[in-house]
Amino acid sequence: MTTTQRTLTPEMVAKIEALAPRYPNRRALTLPALHIVNDALRYVPLEAVVEVAELLGLAPAEVQDTLSFYQFFPQDKPSGETRAWVCRSVSCALRGGEEVLEQICHAAGIAPYGTTADGSLTVEPAECLGACDFAPCMLAGKTLHKNLTKESAEAFVREARARATKRS
Amino acid sequence: MANFQPVLLEAVGVPGGHTLKSYRERGGYAPLERMLKEKQPAEVTELVKASGLRGRGGAGFPTGLKWTFLPKDHPGPIYLCINADESEPGTFNNRILMEDDPHQVIEGIILSAYATRATTAYLYLRYEYPQCWDRLQSAIDEAYAAGLLGKDIQGSGFSLDLYLHRGAAAYICGEETGLIESLEGKRAWPRIKPPFPAIEGLFRKPTVVNNIETMACVAQIARRGVDWFRSIGVPADPNNPRDPGSYGPKLYCLSGHVERPGCYEAPLGITARQLIDGHGGGVWKGRKAKAVIPGGISMGLLTEAELDTPLDFAGPGKVGCLGLGTAAVVVIDETVSIVDFLHNSCRFFAHESCGQCTPCREGTAWSLRMLERIRAGKGRLKDLELLAEIGNTMGMMPGSTICGLADGAAWPIKNAIKKFRGEFEEYIKRTNPSGWMVTDPVPALPIVGAH
Repeated sequence: MTTTQRTLTPEMVAKIEALAPRYPNRRALTLPALHIVNDALRYVPLEAVVEVAELLGLAPAEVQDTLSFYQFFPQDKPSGETRAWVCRSVSCALRGGEEVLEQICHAAGIAPYGTTADGSLTVEPAECLGACDFAPCMLAGKTLHKNLTKESAEAFVREARARATKRS
Repeated sequence: MANFQPVLLEAVGVPGGHTLKSYRERGGYAPLERMLKEKQPAEVTELVKASGLRGRGGAGFPTGLKWTFLPKDHPGPIYLCINADESEPGTFNNRILMEDDPHQVIEGIILSAYATRATTAYLYLRYEYPQCWDRLQSAIDEAYAAGLLGKDIQGSGFSLDLYLHRGAAAYICGEETGLIESLEGKRAWPRIKPPFPAIEGLFRKPTVVNNIETMACVAQIARRGVDWFRSIGVPADPNNPRDPGSYGPKLYCLSGHVERPGCYEAPLGITARQLIDGHGGGVWKGRKAKAVIPGGISMGLLTEAELDTPLDFAGPGKVGCLGLGTAAVVVIDETVSIVDFLHNSCRFFAHESCGQCTPCREGTAWSLRMLERIRAGKGRLKDLELLAEIGNTMGMMPGSTICGLADGAAWPIKNAIKKFRGEFEEYIKRTNPSGWMVTDPVPALPIVGAH
């Protein structure tokens, strides 16, 4: 493999290596490394899995085994610029969480787990986000959206799409 | 109880309450500094043992006793894992502790590490808590800069490193050996016990896994003493030598159909009704409760008539619930169909079963399929027998699974069918007038939205 073709940038490798002294073996770096890749690329393609494995001294299958367990890291294509998790667990569902999920998907014109064509937004159902005091809620990137209504849900979709349009 | 003052939540609403300065002003870290000077690790363990503190993560195992299971004179390293993978539906008390008072948690961690002779602590934080991550990381940085973490803490000769480790949205990582496997970089499949983590845990070394609120309690016990802690809560039942009692303050998370959802601190043993009416402002919209989850969805259901059940470690079990769990109380009002509730519960567990043990993987998936079928108007009375059979056969209690996830999946099924059977039967007969009595096998519907 030539260095120019690599998926892991030197910055990603440096971030992963910086964590190495925290653990007695390199396998424990698997999840932190996958997060570092996913934070940068919004997905973890198979090439990255191979490179992470190489870096950690593991078989690619070992890394893929761990990765696939969590159903968290997309592999085929990047998530939207904003990855929105709409809670559907009991406390949110009791206060309209399932309806909010539908409204957001409808406003974005996608099905749950889908990404808008402009790549601005991915919407996924989530299990309990631990913010039941603000039900129904949604985590979008690092922002917790509290006490969602149809109006605030639709406004969220508009803003997420506008951000992407502005950049393009 | 009228005089009860919240201590675990004392920083909530205090401007800058999450900073080291504020924590020090409230008396924080002074107990740690005193203990490091005056007490041996075994004495700190004795203190926690004497307080009667039971783990706040769900199982309620006595914390000090757990620490004594570590091998004596082990050459090390010994690891301390802090379980902040709070994912039980309805639960958010640890989020509030980490966001609003991270130093209280960190002081508890340092004390616990000192007691257990752990020199490395990993705080396993669920991915869904980015604000907790930032708050904890700043607090950890402050603690290192102040000489409260790192080498030779306050000249005591005791060293401790504390690292954050980010999860990836899997409920099973809250099971202590699932957490350990995940930290090691593997799929989070719980381990068969024994060996227990105290003997062979993280990286095959002796390990203690404790919950965030447990750590906060340790800090408060160090500050306020054993007598203070034991003056709160429900004493051990003198007629039951195996009851360790329910001492101390507890964070109760109240959500669902209440006027004022929130995290409230109360003495262990407050009743569900006191919590809902006193703290929560009652059931919302002037309605009545149909059912109440006593401690996270895994614990099952209380009926309206059972709301005077004390929410201590022993209370919910007396009315057929699994236990106190995470003390997350979720109110379900009279307008909600119990069929919809159970569907939501079954979907959660079908999604979160890790797939390692067949009874859980298949049991959770098939219970969801049956609930989908019932909701589609194709339910049969026989489905209730099948659901009950699943509920009775999957889990650690019937001995068919490695961890307790399946027991948590089973309890809502068992409680709902036992306590609300009439409503299920009425629903099935009404929505499937021509087929409710059929007992022949029927094909499953395609499953929607489990994953």
